[in-house]
Amino acid sequence: MANLKELSKTPERLTSGHRLCAGCGAGIVARQALIAAGDTPVVVTSATGCLEVSTTIFPYTAWKTSFFHSAFENSAATCSGIEAAYKSLKAQGKVKDDIRFIAFGGDGGTYDIGLQSLSGAMERGHRMLYICYNNEAYMNTGIQRSGATPKGAHTTTAPAGKVHQGKEQNKKDLTQIMIAHNIPYVAQAYVGNWNDFVTKVQKALSINGPSFINILTPCRLGWNYKPEDTMNLARLAVTTCIWPAYEVDNGVYKINVKPKEKKPITEFLKLQGRFKHLFNTGNAHILEAIQKDVDEKWALLQRRAEAGCQA
Amino acid sequence: MIKTVYSKGKLVAKTGNEVMAEAMRQIEPDVVAAYPITPATEIVQIFSQFVADGTVKSEYVAVESEHSAMSATIAASAAGARAMTGTSSQGLSLMWEMLYIASGLRLPIVMAEVNRAISAPINIHGDQSDTMGARDAGWIQIYSENSQEAYDNMIQATRIAEKAKLPTLVTTDGFIISHCMEVVETYPDVDVKAFIGEYKPDRYLLDTKKPYTLGSIDLQDYYFEHRYQLAQAMRDARNIILDVAKDFEKTFGRKYELYEKYMLDDAEIAIVVIGSTAGTAKVVVKELREKGIKAGLLKIRIYRPFPAEQIAKDLAHVKAIAVMDRADSCSGAFAPVYSDITASLYAAGVTNPKIVNYVYGLGGREINTEHIAKVYETLSRIVSGAEKPSNMVEYINVRKK
Repeated sequence: MANLKELSKTPERLTSGHRLCAGCGAGIVARQALIAAGDTPVVVTSATGCLEVSTTIFPYTAWKTSFFHSAFENSAATCSGIEAAYKSLKAQGKVKDDIRFIAFGGDGGTYDIGLQSLSGAMERGHRMLYICYNNEAYMNTGIQRSGATPKGAHTTTAPAGKVHQGKEQNKKDLTQIMIAHNIPYVAQAYVGNWNDFVTKVQKALSINGPSFINILTPCRLGWNYKPEDTMNLARLAVTTCIWPAYEVDNGVYKINVKPKEKKPITEFLKLQGRFKHLFNTGNAHILEAIQKDVDEKWALLQRRAEAGCQA
Repeated sequence: MIKTVYSKGKLVAKTGNEVMAEAMRQIEPDVVAAYPITPATEIVQIFSQFVADGTVKSEYVAVESEHSAMSATIAASAAGARAMTGTSSQGLSLMWEMLYIASGLRLPIVMAEVNRAISAPINIHGDQSDTMGARDAGWIQIYSENSQEAYDNMIQATRIAEKAKLPTLVTTDGFIISHCMEVVETYPDVDVKAFIGEYKPDRYLLDTKKPYTLGSIDLQDYYFEHRYQLAQAMRDARNIILDVAKDFEKTFGRKYELYEKYMLDDAEIAIVVIGSTAGTAKVVVKELREKGIKAGLLKIRIYRPFPAEQIAKDLAHVKAIAVMDRADSCSGAFAPVYSDITASLYAAGVTNPKIVNYVYGLGGREINTEHIAKVYETLSRIVSGAEKPSNMVEYINVRKK
């Protein structure tokens, strides 16, 4: 459990002045992850995306820690190369400090184009934390559908129209794919619960091996809501159980945030422009299908958490 | 026949791949990240064994693709490590995006590259289409005629890359050199290490006292300057390459230049060629010289940066030149080396030589002394006026129907 008073004393390593949108969740994720790392030196890598382009417009940088970006699909491979350099130089006595490594990627750079790179890095066992700031579409290029886009959402490449009602497929369960890699620590988190996220980052960084956090990160532009609602929306994703906050720590499942009252999925969907068309006449069956899917997956997760494993 | 030229040198029988791995063992980079591909696999396979046996202190990252190989190598280099990789053909193609990033970020990576044909159709044998496709990627390209050169080039490449702050690849022709056992003179570890020196980057990501951002987004106000600096670094690299070669000759006794002139100074007809075919062509040149025919050869060692001015000077007196490309450009016009040679001559005001372009040996198709002798015969006929020089690409040893 993180202590807010202590965290508030941690020097900021993602400074203000970056060009992320008002209400953007990605900046909150990066800032809290670095605060969670405390005084430990970290090297950050990032996939091409909103976080990278908004924080590193040459000759400026918002990063007070070493930051490296090279391409879209390789944040994990990149982080693994830095970690390999660290291991070699540390063993030779050329680097003295204990350094930790954090790779960031959006859902496009993680679920889709960077999945191979991520899978390879996790399998090789590098000591690194990969954080997917998941805003459920390619937001940097203008809200295109990704493997993380939920069923029914309107995006610019799976738009709602006269024949189709947004994305017709379910999202990929990347967290489960990461769990199947049998790495020491995998978690789902969400913007709007600093304590849960900071605790997870601290746990992940303390592990001598690979770890993965998938954090739901509302995008006010792509989800089409008022900028001040970012935190609320992410919290609603948890209380409706469409995005449960849970972790798998050395194979043991734990639900970190159990909603007191599980709200209907429409409470989450109706606040967002990307789901607006689902409330039109004739689309009730899509809402029902989404609710059914949420219910089934939540029940399965609860069974796993009760059993303490993926049984 | 290779003879020792260095007092402490040792003659060994090694394939091109083995000798490139041997150079890597002696260079002992901090990080190697690689992915297997025929015919380059052995290089990293042998190197992995060095790592497994504790012969080297290097970290070996057995990545899941060549894209990740180049990504991890770039990252390791940016982190402050001396970093190397090896690949060929499709592997180099998969790295394409990252090749440009390695040079754009000015990272002194060294790559052992084995030239192989590009798919489709899939073919594992030697031609130079792979690295020719990467000729504008901002990498210094050093080609080798045989295993000795491959070994010597790898050692020099490390210093060249770090001084020029440019990634550098050293190639051998697939199978023809990579799998051919030859006698090679190797030098003692301690002397190789002394020659390359310790790698001390100015700035690196693991320097926690001076954290920095690398790989920024660079818009209309700075991007052009950074690309200009890269192009300028490539121009400046010529002198660095020559300085390193001079020091190499002083240390180990073997002389290297940007290109090799073989009986070229008084030649009336000459072939320009890259790689192992130069060895075959030298045999033909010798035979022709015995017959009193003034044949010569120019073998390009450094293809990038292209030694344009120097080559123009050295070819100006030749009456007829055949530029032999082991890669086609599919440009509808000419193959890569021909385009570079003719542009260089024209820019230098050299318009006398008649120049023809031959594409040969794609996918490992045989090129022998008879094929090359025919090229020289054609050049002789062009000089005597018996034949008009072709104004299009000619193909050697191919069935056109």
